Amino acid sequence: MTGSTAAHSIVEPSRLAKRAAVVIVILYALISMIPLIWIVLTSFKTPPDSISYPPKILFQPSLEGYVNLFTTRTRQTSSFIATLPPAETWYDRLVRSRNMVIAGPSKYLPRYINSLIIGFGSTFLAVVLGTLTAYGFSRFKVPLKDDLLFFILSTRMMPPIAVAIPVYLMYRELGLTDTKLGMILLYTAVNVSLAVWLLKGFIDEIPREYEEAAMIDGYTRLQAFRKVVLPQAATGIAATAIFCLIFAWNEYAFAVLLTSGEAQTTPPFIPFIIGEGGQDWPAVAAGTTLFLIPIVAFTILLRKHLLRGITFGAVRR
Amino acid sequence: MLESHPAGTLVERAAGLTPKSIANGVRGLSDRTIAWAFIAPTIVLLLAINIFPLFWAVRLSFTNYRANRPNAPLKWLGFEHYSDLLSDPDVWHGMQVTARFVLSTVAIETLLGFALAYLIDRKFKGHGMWTTVILIPMMLSPAVVGNFWTFLYQPQIGLFNYIISFFTGINPSSFQMIGDVHLAPWSIVIVDVWMWTPYVMLICLAGLRSIPDYIYEAAEVDRASKWRQFWSITVPMALPFIMLAVLFRGIENFKMFDMVNLLTNGGPGSTTELASITLKREAFEKWTTGYSSAFAIILFVTIFGLANIYVKALNRVKQK
Repeated sequence: MTGSTAAHSIVEPSRLAKRAAVVIVILYALISMIPLIWIVLTSFKTPPDSISYPPKILFQPSLEGYVNLFTTRTRQTSSFIATLPPAETWYDRLVRSRNMVIAGPSKYLPRYINSLIIGFGSTFLAVVLGTLTAYGFSRFKVPLKDDLLFFILSTRMMPPIAVAIPVYLMYRELGLTDTKLGMILLYTAVNVSLAVWLLKGFIDEIPREYEEAAMIDGYTRLQAFRKVVLPQAATGIAATAIFCLIFAWNEYAFAVLLTSGEAQTTPPFIPFIIGEGGQDWPAVAAGTTLFLIPIVAFTILLRKHLLRGITFGAVRR
Repeated sequence: MLESHPAGTLVERAAGLTPKSIANGVRGLSDRTIAWAFIAPTIVLLLAINIFPLFWAVRLSFTNYRANRPNAPLKWLGFEHYSDLLSDPDVWHGMQVTARFVLSTVAIETLLGFALAYLIDRKFKGHGMWTTVILIPMMLSPAVVGNFWTFLYQPQIGLFNYIISFFTGINPSSFQMIGDVHLAPWSIVIVDVWMWTPYVMLICLAGLRSIPDYIYEAAEVDRASKWRQFWSITVPMALPFIMLAVLFRGIENFKMFDMVNLLTNGGPGSTTELASITLKREAFEKWTTGYSSAFAIILFVTIFGLANIYVKALNRVKQK
């Protein structure tokens, strides 16, 4: 590294190139984070602060957005509020300082719980079905194997609205409209294609010799699958599960068309968080923040498997 | 279990008499049985929830069925819907908006994504952490993100307009990203690029890392310029990966619905009305179920056809 042209390893980029790359990449990362940072900041603003001009970067943090997210409130005259018994909790006091009274809980929490139930339910089913099918395709001679695998993948190419029309009619006949079971089945069907393709890649990488050795030792095929293959594929199964969970968690098109109350998930609900005179942006931001945090956490957990996941196992690095 | 049985000979005789299928149950299922038992549930589920409805939609597309009037007499129309669709200006408009959206987003995301991947491949300290940070937007819910961008795009109070005015001096309330017919198409492109450039970047990065160092070393020995190395080694060797990224982004954006539905809902007018949004209006607002089924099938066949042609091209590049 003494300045002469051939002193450094010839494929190692020059120091200047490295420094320029660092600056540009970090700059891009920071700029791309601005919208997310803004969501989190807005969730801690009061409604007037959230719509002030110029946009406030420094402000007195408030939990009003979170209180508004979880409650419904009615406006009252200050003289009426004065007649009430003194507020017992900090959020009661916060709401009353705005001349309002808490009327009850909002629907955010039930929607969030729906998202959890439907997300975990469909993930569990998709991963169980996907693991079995992937093992079948990976280890056995199946007639029309490539056609079946392509068929499984091609179900992913349909636009969600195109699938939603007949599913809407079918669910109406079967009484599955706006039920958690209906949504779990639908998301399972969508996710199972991803699960099969990803898991087949993971299982292909486990040497067959392991099972064959176990079978010579007297294990049946099923025992070998359970006691040899499944533990070996555990990381892959976990990564696949997180991908399925993220899909179900984020899904909007089916949710908005096929659910309205009972089974509605969070994404179609968030746009309807409204306050007096339009959207209550701190509450929307609070709802968005709470909804996005698990995904950010999962992304960091998954980072080594992201590439495989987004390419259906086509690129494994 | 069997060895511990007191009457070993009896068991052996019984085993000889049991039908083969039950014997397999004791000794372990045959591979064939296991293969089918493992694969069938998935196929059945997909047939029930994807394929059966698809055939139902094909049948409906030949009728005047309307989901909001299920008891109205059903009339068989043959290919009338299909010929109507091909002359429906709304449908053509939706297709054109979609084509422009797909081409512009995929072009920008590919350029930016490849450039970023190229820079990250300079292997500076901490590149792993920054890569993870860059990847976050693509994992988020497009609907929730689209909804929040309406706030960033607010003309007076929105952060986006403020930042633009901060750097250019343009009055922040003088332009409306989602209210202006010329800017609205860009507003959805910007959000899509923000979300999905990391996706292209990640695939391109894998492509760049798949190029072995010795090829560059050989090129250095031959005194090939950096510029020459980039165009004759880096780009051609990463091309299959770039094309794969383009394929995935192309399909996804052809189907795009959620983010745009919440950000602009096709407006203003119909300047951002993608085919999916037109389809939603036909199917779930006008309730022309038969007509929209025909539209859905045309969309699916288009995506499927284009993807197949593209995959053939991709395979040809890979073989080179």
